[in-house]
Amino acid sequence: MHIVVPIKQTPDTTAALTVDASGRISWGDAPLIVNPWDEFAIEESLRLKEKFGGKVTVITLGPESAKEALKQAVAMGCDEAILLHDPAFEGSDAVVTAAILAAAIRKLGAVDLVFMGKESVDGNSAQVPPALARRLGWPLLAYVGKIREVDPAGRTIVVERILEEGRQVVRAPLPAVLSAMQMNEPRYPSFMGIRKAARMQIQVWNAADLGLSPEQVGAAASAARWPAVFAPPRQEVQCEFIQGESPEEIARLLVDRLLAEKVL
Amino acid sequence: MSHVWIWLEQFQGKIPSIVWETMGVARRLADALGTGVTAVWIGGTIADQAEEAIAMGADVVQVVEHPALADFRFEPYLAVLTRLAKEGAPRAILMGSTARGRELAGGLAAELGTATLVDALEVSVEDGRVIVVRPIYEGKLFARAYVERSPAILTIRGRAFPKPDPDPGRKGEIRRVSVELDPSVFSTEVLEWIQEAEGEISLNEARIVVGGGRGVGGPEGFEPLRELARALGAALGATRAVVDAGWIPYKYQVGQTGKTISPDLYIACGISGAIQHLSGLRGVKVIVAINKDPEAPIFKVARYGVVDDLFRIVPALTAELRRRGLAKG
Repeated sequence: MHIVVPIKQTPDTTAALTVDASGRISWGDAPLIVNPWDEFAIEESLRLKEKFGGKVTVITLGPESAKEALKQAVAMGCDEAILLHDPAFEGSDAVVTAAILAAAIRKLGAVDLVFMGKESVDGNSAQVPPALARRLGWPLLAYVGKIREVDPAGRTIVVERILEEGRQVVRAPLPAVLSAMQMNEPRYPSFMGIRKAARMQIQVWNAADLGLSPEQVGAAASAARWPAVFAPPRQEVQCEFIQGESPEEIARLLVDRLLAEKVL
Repeated sequence: MSHVWIWLEQFQGKIPSIVWETMGVARRLADALGTGVTAVWIGGTIADQAEEAIAMGADVVQVVEHPALADFRFEPYLAVLTRLAKEGAPRAILMGSTARGRELAGGLAAELGTATLVDALEVSVEDGRVIVVRPIYEGKLFARAYVERSPAILTIRGRAFPKPDPDPGRKGEIRRVSVELDPSVFSTEVLEWIQEAEGEISLNEARIVVGGGRGVGGPEGFEPLRELARALGAALGATRAVVDAGWIPYKYQVGQTGKTISPDLYIACGISGAIQHLSGLRGVKVIVAINKDPEAPIFKVARYGVVDDLFRIVPALTAELRRRGLAKG
């Protein structure tokens, strides 16, 4: 099986974020990481490779520095890594990002599965997986909590999708686009993996390599506009500690407060 | 006149509350833009949901009924919505920010060559343009955004807007529409449903959530929390640490890589307050923290704190609610 895992490099989720007057977002000295949702997709793809053979190719759209995220994925066990980088890509929204990823996946030739995190921890939109499925014309299996079976010969996959009311068990033909929920415990990079990643020359594909013209990508092609980013209004919370002689008294005082707050 | 559209998400014929909250937003947008609201029903046989949609604010309900559309599947639902949208040229298409709503929104944006803004917390009209405020970076920042093309596709965050009161006297038009679909859109097959949430209050819709962390000590430690949740008519939640430990299933996980919740009240029991958990709590009105450790970070975001053993306080709280006749179950 050939599995492609599109990932995103994001600021660490514990980073404190600031926005300057020009709207530029900064995370200080906090490290950049592989989007945690994508790690579940990497792990699951590596398990499929271990079971069925084949290879896992990791791709990302981003600046030169995003090679670090690709190396992390290679150190975990991915076989190949490609950076999609072009100044013209800047400002691409989810639909345009999906179009760029789709062009890269087509260029890779025979692909059985595209597996990515359900969303990124920076954009939080969960829009790239469905848009990518449409750009490729493949079935979408979003919010996958479990892979039940894969039949590479019969070219089908059965997954459990996590929806609000429970789990929807769906069978789809391959190739398909999957997005991952928290479905496993991602492995740490191995010593051998880290050495391999350090030596790896990562391919870089630009718009021309993908057969895309500058007006098909970037902010110019994108319909979403983000005129302002700002820190949310601060809710100053002063914690009132409830004390009492007994649990019963504390419970009584607490219920009084919650009734006054009208939240019971 | 280009209407504001809303997709009537349904599960086994039942329309969740988030859809009606979204209807309230659609109505307000349509009024501001001087147009009407078209609701789209896709599913098996429809009963009185079209009338319900009109009572809640729709002017037109387009009904696409077909046995093959009874269960949600991305491709055929998307094909129907795309076809209708290309014919009806809506000004905006709204849906609840649910799993299905988000996937359809992304698919629609790709099909219609436009863009989506998900998780809207505020929606307004300025100079004829639909402006949205939405959280990014797990709610650490907000973005003001709009879509430059038509239709703007929006998903609305649950419990961020009020559910309108139904007006049974409202008049509207119900249009049955038949859509020819290419057989290729039915390539996926729903094999079964595992309904985990049966008889439970869902975390997404709950007004009150009782959450447990490492302090509960083990799987059986959730029992007093369950009792309290029953008494409050609340949903149960948990931190990643206890889900990873196997004390409680993943569907209860709140926070990063789990659910984002916005109840009126969250009672955090034995939860220290790691940033990954707190990121799922940004929409909560009042947080109560019960923890033995007075230094626990959870007290920094809590409105009320109790520094004590949760196994002493939680049962006392349940008993107090029962004693005052406030208990629901």
